[in-house]
Amino acid sequence: MSLSYPFGFLDEYAKKEIRRTTLKAVAIPGYQVPYSSREMPMGRGFGTGGLQLTLSVIGKGETLKVIDQGTDDSVNAVSLRSFIEMTCEGVNTTTKTEESDLIQSRHRIPEKPLREDQILILQVPYPDPLIVVEASEEKRKTLHGEADYSRLLVKLYEDIVKFDEITISHRYPTRINNHYVIDPSPIPRWDVPKLNQSPALILLGAGREKKIYAVPPYTKAEPLAFEDVPFRVEDFNDVNGMRRCCQRCNCNNSFLDEFIDSKTGHKVYQCSDADWCEENTINNNETLEIANG
Amino acid sequence: MDKVLEVNNLSKVYGQGCAACFELTGPEHDTNICPKCGSVVAAHNVSFDLYKGEILGIMGESGSGKSTAVKCLYFDQKPTSGRASFFNDEKQYDLFNMNAAHQRHLMNHKFGMVYQNPHLGLNFDISAGGNIAERLLMSEVDHYGEIRKRATDLLKRTEVLAERMDELPKNFSGGMQQRVQIAKALAINPPLLFLDEVTTGLDLSVQAAILDLILEIQQENQTAMIVVTHDLGVIRLLAGRTLVMKYGRIIENGLTDQILEDPQHAYTQRLVASAL
Amino acid sequence: MNNTEQPILRVENYGKYFQLHEQGKIIPSSHDVNLDVYPGQLTALIGPTGAGKSTVLKGIYRSYLPTSGRLLFRTKDNVEIDLAQADEHLILELRRTEIAFVTQFLHALPRQATQDIVAQPLIRRGMDYSQALNIVHETLSAMNLPKALWSISPATFSGGEKQRVNLARGLVSRPRLLLLDEPTASLDPVTTEKVIGLIENLKNEGVAMLAIFHQPELVERLADSVVKLNPPIVAEQILKEIA
Repeated sequence: MSLSYPFGFLDEYAKKEIRRTTLKAVAIPGYQVPYSSREMPMGRGFGTGGLQLTLSVIGKGETLKVIDQGTDDSVNAVSLRSFIEMTCEGVNTTTKTEESDLIQSRHRIPEKPLREDQILILQVPYPDPLIVVEASEEKRKTLHGEADYSRLLVKLYEDIVKFDEITISHRYPTRINNHYVIDPSPIPRWDVPKLNQSPALILLGAGREKKIYAVPPYTKAEPLAFEDVPFRVEDFNDVNGMRRCCQRCNCNNSFLDEFIDSKTGHKVYQCSDADWCEENTINNNETLEIANG
Repeated sequence: MDKVLEVNNLSKVYGQGCAACFELTGPEHDTNICPKCGSVVAAHNVSFDLYKGEILGIMGESGSGKSTAVKCLYFDQKPTSGRASFFNDEKQYDLFNMNAAHQRHLMNHKFGMVYQNPHLGLNFDISAGGNIAERLLMSEVDHYGEIRKRATDLLKRTEVLAERMDELPKNFSGGMQQRVQIAKALAINPPLLFLDEVTTGLDLSVQAAILDLILEIQQENQTAMIVVTHDLGVIRLLAGRTLVMKYGRIIENGLTDQILEDPQHAYTQRLVASAL
Repeated sequence: MNNTEQPILRVENYGKYFQLHEQGKIIPSSHDVNLDVYPGQLTALIGPTGAGKSTVLKGIYRSYLPTSGRLLFRTKDNVEIDLAQADEHLILELRRTEIAFVTQFLHALPRQATQDIVAQPLIRRGMDYSQALNIVHETLSAMNLPKALWSISPATFSGGEKQRVNLARGLVSRPRLLLLDEPTASLDPVTTEKVIGLIENLKNEGVAMLAIFHQPELVERLADSVVKLNPPIVAEQILKEIA
């Protein structure tokens, strides 16, 4: 069946164009490079931007991990993974961050630090952070060109006036290499510091909006903030100011999801990154076994 | 005396223009529309200078080109030809021969503009304080506490209640909106301020208060200002020197009291006679 | 009279004709006026209505553009400037520092307090506000203007009160040349005496004055020299001359 498609589903011209676009994006960190996003056999908004990047850069013998909101087994991740397995002969897939050469992700960056030999591809719904303050794309391009982000900062100012803190929970505007401010895709604030000086190349693709941009390795990524009101990540503290732990693996330094326990009705917390949680749980069990002799 | 601005032969044509445009328009032809090609000659050969702490009036009826001149200087419009030099801190800036980023840098750091319509000068979706914050953020002030303090001081200075700084401008009266606009324009203490019909449409008592504020600012900060208006009263009270424009041309210029008491051009004589 | 000093102002063949485009007319107002004004002295302009007395003052202040002649002003740096030709920026500078004009009319912003209006010339010169107010208060008391009026706008004042405000504004700035156009026209005798005292003080301080007085007895008392003006000769003759 896989033989009925060319490797990577896209034709070679399409892949070449996306690779050229990607090179340009790497050369101008944070700049949104337009490209001719192809029709994919799935709706736009299902990660077609990330998928096209993945299909264009992946090669035989490489290992891919696909995650959605931190897990490898949500519907979206599973469908994308099986599509890539179907169209890229000789590509391996994994759920382990450590084993992957390429990670395509929606809404999260893995907790485990990435390496120089890895590439992270983020799916982006809205590439332009200025869309909230300027409706005209032409004017936005000028603002980007002149690095004039004062109107975004005014949004932060108004947040502090109204709520005493910056309320942006995800898609936090982040300045790359001292110039372009990007929408880092809907990752939580927790993940934004991971963009800064990342050893791995980070590519961002917006299929519907037809834009590709990048945070190259070891590049400065600085969330917008005020000198006296610095950027903060989520703290996950309880009412007593104690850091909450994952109820499964006990980890106290990962991004946590909040659930309601259907039996007790209490709120429970668990690692959002499934692979991270799994690895911790196995390690815990091994330690336990060793301790128990 | 320090020169702040020198404008030479500024011209602006709307439309494709032709060789006859300048010859066939102007006060003596009683039109600013070229009969050959239909282009509008909004300004032609406008030249003047401006010194530190000086208020220059540009007077004329609608369509005279008085706003066009200011719009070109504030980079709202591109002039068709001409030169303008801005002088600041021992440096000279060739306004029409710099790239957009440099122009924006000058606008953000050195120029202020107050429009007749507060919707042009203010962002109505953000608070009065946020509007001032925007101007400060454009000039790289990025300390929240500092921005709050400066916005409070500026609004106090322009007599807007500090308690209202977090309200949206749409809740304000017209006069109050103008005060917020002036506070925003002054946020970076610009050496050059443009005022385009700022009191038009306001109540007389509000007008007087705004004019009073402008004069105080001129005295306090030695700000050079260009005041564009059709109102002789505004000119009389604010401007030391005045240009009179008609159909895109300066037809007369001089000391304001001389223009009003001893106008030379027939048009100015009619204008003054009909107003007094 | 002691005219050994150089005049501060020398008016030579001054003429002013108004060209009224609408009526297609040229109206002569001043013709061939010659006079000198010396430091510490008051020169009075006399003559019937229509002789162009105010026109001379306005020409010197450049509220009118002189049609002919020279208006040579000697600055404090001893530079001679023709006020008829001088650059507008220079005229504004001289108005700020050396030449003041007291007219019969008061132009001021509606909301401004009297003391602020009077203090304006001092502030414009860069004087500190509180220091300026001290000088202003001194002058206003010397002119018998009730203290209760100092902090309110002169918009509702009587003619005499307004005139005193105007006069005070001209006097506080201690110009080198003071032009006075009927400064006492609507004052009562007591206040007029006060103003005479102030003008005499200015003379002693070396201020040069060119003045038009309504009352002949003031000319008698204050003028060091008198220049008599006559209404300009018929228009046709002038028109021939300038043609």
